[in-house]
This record gives sequence, C-alpha cells and structure tokens, in this order.
Amino acid sequence: MLVIGERINGMFKAVRKAIQEKDKKAIQDIAKKEVECGARMLDVNVGPAAADDVAAMQWLVEAIQEVTDTPLSIDSAKPPVIEAGLKACKKKALINSTTGEQAKLETLVGLAKKYNAGLLGLCMDEKGIPDNIGARLEIGLRILACAMEAGISTDDIHLDPVVLPVKFGQAQTPMMFQTIRELKSLADPAPKTVVGLSNVSQGCLDRPMVNRITVVMAIANGLDEAIVDPMDKDLMDSMITAELLLNKFIYCDSYLTAYMKAL
Amino acid sequence: MPVAKLLEKWSSSVNEVVIGATSSEGGTRSKVVKLGGQNTLPFLTEEGTIPNPPAIAMEVVDMVNPEWPAALTEPFKDVINSPAKWAKKCQDEYKADAICLRLTGAHPENKNTSVDDVVRTVKEVKAAVSIPLIIWGCGSAEKDNQLFPAISQALKGERCLLGTATQDNYKVLAATCLADGHNIIAESPLDINICKQLNILLLDMEMPANRIVIFPSTGPLGYGFEYSYSIMERTRLAALGGDKTMAYPMIAVVSNESWKTKEAKAPESEMPMWGKAVERAIMWEATTAIGFLLGGSDMLVMYHPKAIELTRKYLAQMTTK
Repeated sequence: MLVIGERINGMFKAVRKAIQEKDKKAIQDIAKKEVECGARMLDVNVGPAAADDVAAMQWLVEAIQEVTDTPLSIDSAKPPVIEAGLKACKKKALINSTTGEQAKLETLVGLAKKYNAGLLGLCMDEKGIPDNIGARLEIGLRILACAMEAGISTDDIHLDPVVLPVKFGQAQTPMMFQTIRELKSLADPAPKTVVGLSNVSQGCLDRPMVNRITVVMAIANGLDEAIVDPMDKDLMDSMITAELLLNKFIYCDSYLTAYMKAL
Repeated sequence: MPVAKLLEKWSSSVNEVVIGATSSEGGTRSKVVKLGGQNTLPFLTEEGTIPNPPAIAMEVVDMVNPEWPAALTEPFKDVINSPAKWAKKCQDEYKADAICLRLTGAHPENKNTSVDDVVRTVKEVKAAVSIPLIIWGCGSAEKDNQLFPAISQALKGERCLLGTATQDNYKVLAATCLADGHNIIAESPLDINICKQLNILLLDMEMPANRIVIFPSTGPLGYGFEYSYSIMERTRLAALGGDKTMAYPMIAVVSNESWKTKEAKAPESEMPMWGKAVERAIMWEATTAIGFLLGGSDMLVMYHPKAIELTRKYLAQMTTK
C-alpha cells in the first residue's frame, strides 16, 4: 500500500502561513513527520496561499527535497503550476491530476511523457462526476487509452474513482468501491488505483472513524494507494491490519512496527 | 515459433553478511565468508544475481555424542578429542569455508564445562585455524548467557557468527555481539511468525541489518524436512518481495540433525535391506544438504567430508553455465 501524505497543502492554515512567510523549516518539519509516520510519497499543493503559485510550487518542492528524497505528487488544477513542480523534482513524480476532459488530458499526458512522471486520473470530466459505474470506467479507459497512445505504461497511470462525501451522497460510496474493483481489470499491466480519502468524511462529526473504515473497505476492494493524513495513527494501523488480513505480508506479533521497519 | 522465457524480476535483495575479519579489518582470519546479497531464488541466475555462492561450515564439537555411528567418527578418529586439531583438519584437509564450534559439553546436563574451560577451547580453535568462526551455544539459555559474554570478548575483532538468539533469550547475546562486533544467529522453532518477530526484536536493540543470520531450525530428510524447506522458501520470497525484516541470509544445520536419524545410525545388521550403512548415512546428510540449498540456505553446517564432497559437486553442477 502506497501512502501519499496529504499534509503539505495550502488549504491548511499552518502551510498557508509558511508559504506566505517563506518559512522553509515549517514545511520541512511536516515533510519529515509525514515520512516518519509511513508516507512514501508526499502530495504538494500550493492551494490558495500564494499570488504567484508557479513560484510557490517550485519553492515548496525545493524546500521539501532538501530534507527527504521521498517522491512527490505535484497537485494543482493548473498545468503551469504542475510543470513548475515537475521541473524541480529530482525523483520520478506523480501528476495530480487530470480528468477525462480531452484538452486537459492531452496537456497533462504530454507533461507526464516529457518529465517521465506518473499520472493520476480522476474518473470525471467536463460534464462532472458520473452517477454510474459504467460511465466512470469509460472515463478511466479514456485516460488509459490517451496515455498508452503517448507510450506511457499503464502501471504509471493511477486512477481515482472519485470519493464524495458520504454525508451528501450516500449512494456514491458503494459505487466507489465497485469502481476500484473494476478499474483494475481495464488493462494489463493493471493501472494503479488511488483515492483522495479525506473527502469522504466532509462534514461528518467523527471524521477519523469514517476515514479509516472507508480506506479499509477500499483496500478490501483492491485499492493500491491512498492520499491520507499519515499522522493519523489509527488510520495507518487500520490500513496495515487490512493488508495483513489480505495476506499481503507475513504476520508477527509486532506486525505494526514490523510494517514500518519494512517500508 | 520461439517461446519467450518468463522471467521473474524481484524488487529487493537479501542483506549481505560478512563473517570473519582479516588483519586489515582488525582480525586474524586469512579470509572472510560472505553470505547473501542475492536478488533472486537459488541458482536462478537468469532472473538476478547471486554474488556469493552458498558456503559450507564444518561442525566441530567439544563433546562427541556416544551414539554417533562409526561412519561418522572414522574420518576424525585421530582428532576427535581435540576441537582445535579437529578444526585444523577440517580446514587443511577438507577445505571447510568456516568452522562451527558447538559447545555441547558446556550444557549442565552434559559435562557442564566451566566458562574458563570453554573460553580456553575457543581460543585454541581460533589459534589453530585461520578461517572464519561460528560459535554455537550449548542450548541451555542460562548457561549460554554466562558463556557468550566471555567467548565474545575472547574473539573480539574476529567478526564471528554467534548463536543462537531466541525469542525468549536474545538480549544478552545481542548486546554482546553489538559490543564486540560479531554477527548473530536468530533462531526460531520452525515458525515463520516467530522468525519475523525475533528479527524485529533484534532490530529494536539496534542490531544492524547486515549482521543477522536466520536459523529457521532444520528438520532432516524424513523428519520434518518439508517444514524447514517451506519456511525457508516463504522467508526468501518475502525478502525478495520487499519485506526488509525478512531479508537476511539463512543458515541450515544439517550435521547433527541428519546424523540423528535412524537412516544414518542403524547398523547393517539391523537393516540389511537398506544397503551399506556408511554410504546410506553419507547420502542422508548430502541429500538433506542439497534440499536446503534448493530451499534458499546461504550456509550449511555439515559433518562428513564425503557428504560435503557430494554437496560441492552438486553446487558446481548447478552453478556452471
């Protein structure tokens, strides 16, 4: 299971402040903490923090790489911001994200090819998020086909079934689980499946509880990667235990510690 | 139409452990033995690289088991009462890669040899041979905890392999190995979960990952061999698949296990239909050894020179391109 840390995001107050004040150490501390807690990729999102988000992305990537060589997921809705991040990355990065919208898809597939990066594709397009599994898979396939045409291997494609808040659309969650199962059969080698988890618990009273049960159920349905808060220890322990129950690694009494040591 | 070979590619490799230290590294050994380092299953050099071939250590004991058949005592009859001479014969005549000195006599139920006497024997063996050393305790946790700090100090700088640590008794040996720069054998009772747990416990004590050798326990052919084999295989598959807590070389004790069996011990008078006793016993040790090589053993501990010869012949066949 690849844990992608979600904490370096200008949506969070502390990060926004650090970006605005160019406080490198504050960002580096979060990055180090995420890695220490088990993240093996770090999502980087400038958010609404900076007027010049291209420069801010470059600054963030450089600051983080001074303290860790963990690969980065460059997260923005704007291709120029993504390109600024990719340019600064020393390791193979992940583009977060494209949708099935043709113009955007072509631009980001081009960037993925140019910078030898992975590509995260959301199963949605300009018409929004489809209300049925078939249409989400169709978008997934569209993203795969476009990437394959450009010569990108299908296992460099990370497909996200799109996670919606359970509070506002309860019928969406079972659909999300089934989409994960079926995305895996779209190509050989199979694309990776990934979710941005925390959205599921928007507005819920006990968000950590909803998050960790959702991720466990998603893992049971074949999820490979999740963008989560690695500092939520209960969440991390639940994910590790779910993998244990799927016989993904050998049990021992200290399996939680062992998992972290084996990373 | 040519058929493409299906080759497996593994993501990780086994840690390399070095046993012995030459003078340039602060020891007195004439050579070192390296175990592990491979990123593929045994002998599958098309799928990966195997930098170090399996090594064979010869076992020397400080007290001979009275039940040993003549077939086993015969090659050593001139040296059997002197571990140092016995070790030297293994080195000079039989070209052992390392000596494994087993301290059977120190067990309270055997001769209960004193710590001082054991240390003297260890020093004599060290002086008699220049190949790397493995020191195997007597099996009594309490006695081994008295012995190892003294043995370890006497061998300081030689980067030996000392064992064994178990889930219930690992702290003294681990601290000792850490203090004096030795490698450690982590023993588990044919149980892969305990094997992994013990590795975690040793890592928690800051034992470096390149100084641990796994002993998953060995069952000889006909007496639990399949259990050992499948545990070794699973351990190795986990290591190659990326589980760093299982990525250690493995040692298999063939010697005393295979010579305990009825097939090795029964005289011809008792089992005439089984053929010549000496050949049968040697074949039992060699066949068990070869089985463990296929299971993934990086080091074999063996007794009989003829069985070792057969095992080496097999190794040569399997590694010649």
